[in-house]
Amino acid sequence: MSKRSWYYLTVMLATVAVMVFTAGAPALRSTVQAQDGPSGSLSVMGFSLPDEVATVRVDHFQELYPDIELNITEGGLDQQQFLTAVASGNAPDVVYMSRELISTYAVRGALTPLEECIESQAVDLSQYRQAALEQLTIDGELYGLPEFFNVIMVMANTAALEEAGLTIDDVDISDWESIAELNDALTKMEDGLVTRIGFDPKLPEFLPLWAAANGVSLISEDGRTPNLNDPAVVEALEFTVGLHEAAGGRQDFMAFRDTWDFFGSNNMFVQDQLGVFPMEQWYVNVLSDVSPDAPVDFIPFTDREGNPISYVTGNSWAIPTGSSNPEAACAFMKAMTEADAWIAAAEERARLRSEAGTTNTGIYSANVVADEVIFGEIIQPSGNEKLDKAIAVAVEAMDGGFGIPANPAGSEFRQAWQDAVNRVLNGEQSAQEALDQAQAEAQAAFDEAWMFQD
Amino acid sequence: MSGQSLVTRLSRRERRVTLEQRERLAALAFISPWFIGFIVFTAGPMIASLVLSFTNYDVINPPSFVGLDNYQRLIDDPRIELSLKNSFFYAALYVPLMMVVALALALILNQVGKAAGFFRTVFYLPSVTPAVAVGTLWLWLLNPRVGLVNRGLDLIGINGPGWTTNPDWIKPGIVLMSLWSVGSTVILYLAALRNVPVELHEAATIDGANSLRRFWHVTVPMISGTLFFTLIVNTISALQVFTEVYTMFFGNMRSGTASSAGLFYNIYLFRQAFEFFRMGYASAMAWLLFLIIMVLTFIQLRFSKRWVYYEGA
Repeated sequence: MSKRSWYYLTVMLATVAVMVFTAGAPALRSTVQAQDGPSGSLSVMGFSLPDEVATVRVDHFQELYPDIELNITEGGLDQQQFLTAVASGNAPDVVYMSRELISTYAVRGALTPLEECIESQAVDLSQYRQAALEQLTIDGELYGLPEFFNVIMVMANTAALEEAGLTIDDVDISDWESIAELNDALTKMEDGLVTRIGFDPKLPEFLPLWAAANGVSLISEDGRTPNLNDPAVVEALEFTVGLHEAAGGRQDFMAFRDTWDFFGSNNMFVQDQLGVFPMEQWYVNVLSDVSPDAPVDFIPFTDREGNPISYVTGNSWAIPTGSSNPEAACAFMKAMTEADAWIAAAEERARLRSEAGTTNTGIYSANVVADEVIFGEIIQPSGNEKLDKAIAVAVEAMDGGFGIPANPAGSEFRQAWQDAVNRVLNGEQSAQEALDQAQAEAQAAFDEAWMFQD
Repeated sequence: MSGQSLVTRLSRRERRVTLEQRERLAALAFISPWFIGFIVFTAGPMIASLVLSFTNYDVINPPSFVGLDNYQRLIDDPRIELSLKNSFFYAALYVPLMMVVALALALILNQVGKAAGFFRTVFYLPSVTPAVAVGTLWLWLLNPRVGLVNRGLDLIGINGPGWTTNPDWIKPGIVLMSLWSVGSTVILYLAALRNVPVELHEAATIDGANSLRRFWHVTVPMISGTLFFTLIVNTISALQVFTEVYTMFFGNMRSGTASSAGLFYNIYLFRQAFEFFRMGYASAMAWLLFLIIMVLTFIQLRFSKRWVYYEGA
């Protein structure tokens, strides 16, 4: 081999060596990082990726932990699937479910307390809304990290109000007598059939809200005693059931309400089929998308003292017992619910809404830090005064939010009070009789379920 | 008897036994897929549910023996009586109505001739429609204000009832919806009608029987075996009705108006098992329903001797 050949060979080998080692360096760094933090695969159940709020936050997690292989089984939580997965030792690593369900699974040992997770990942709990955390805490142990904070506000048909010679200022939720009068004034009948419901109290689902407005929670704070037959609950139920009478009774009321194009451009405000109702804030999104010019105005829901209150609901992340990668699950929960993830999602939503020329009504995250940025910086006045007011009312409602305290018989408790409301609405029982029965059923369910915890 | 002939006979017997054994083994091999499937997927879970019915079991924690507590609870639970009443009411209304409608449609199809194939497909199509879709569709069809059913009734001057909102009309509304999938029974009846010997009708006609008498005294006895089969099968399925009703009134679209009137036994069973995690109690409920169906089937079998005609029996 000539000198020149030796020279070329040496240069080539050196070049290859440099390429190999420089290319290998990131892999080496990546390996070191993976060894330091969570790694492996992570299976997720009960979660979907329907929009940018979900996908941006998942991207945020994957940027933080590129070495974790994420497997999301898309779709809402199937309780049968989850139960059998846990029972057969094939539990997902992390699960997404309604906050109302967490305690039911937690007391049965299907979920892991998060003490270790919070410590290892240094999760700052002060960033989450207290009412949401309370829904996830049982006997002092936290079992989930919250997301979404659905609040309730009052939505009123301004065209109907105007027709009755009223304005939004005449809608006083703290004065129940005036609600009844408003209901009578706004209800419209033609040929014996209701064509506009004056005031829809949204029963049975909003009984907790009406009970709270009357000063009582449906469950004691420790989640062990139902208050379903408390005189204040009975009074709230009697009052709200009575509001159906103006429309010809519950049957006509329901038959008419079922015909509404709730999510469409011919919704009940556009069609003048509804006067006033309390509703979750997400409906503002629907109105913004399909009928931004609908004649609607918004005010806070208040208790009888005039203080804004809101019955809040939402979802949460939890780690099932038997999770094969709890460390990664914890990292995932933290990443999905932290302020940076929400802010990135809100910015993306703002961009998309701006492109589409529609109003951005915000994201209600259950993360106080994120909410401050979203509603203080990202959401800008849209020019649509009504929708801007709706956003302001929803933000105000978040501070007065309360949830049903964590209890281990969530489904049975809900069935007990909802069935009671339905029995009254169907004329099968009086409010007192129905709620007495519900109280007994709920107490029996609580006693049985708490045995697992005690 | 020589020793050689004895050996020959024994050898033949051995060969015969071997052949019988082979045939037996072959028979067992042929039925083994069904048999294994029955043991693993039917008998096994049934025995497991019987054992679980004596336990308190929430799926997550190990079952704990509670003796007859779950069966005692069946007696004390007012919703058991309510849901059983609802299921019996539905079955009593649906089964005879379904048989009459299916037979009427089959009789018409039997007269249609070449177009029968087309109509047979049309009638059968709803039977293959997903039950959830049927439930959702009928929630709209039965809407008291805008539903097609009440609009149709309105055309003939009848003020339609609140099929989905009036507790008294919810079960009849569900029966109406169930008739949507009458097609499979129509096909069975049509096959039975085609097997009725023509000469029997000719003989009856010669004897002066009109069409009604021929139907009653020739057709019905000749298809009574099929009628009996559909009676049993549809009674069982009626007592187990679940998906459509759950979709209409208890799933995501729950309206609450049917919380009592539409609470059928299997819906209550499902809720106990998968919403309230009482798998032991739900197992006891399943066994109660199994016993009820067994008793009803036994009664039907006893009475069938009076009216079911089996050719060659």
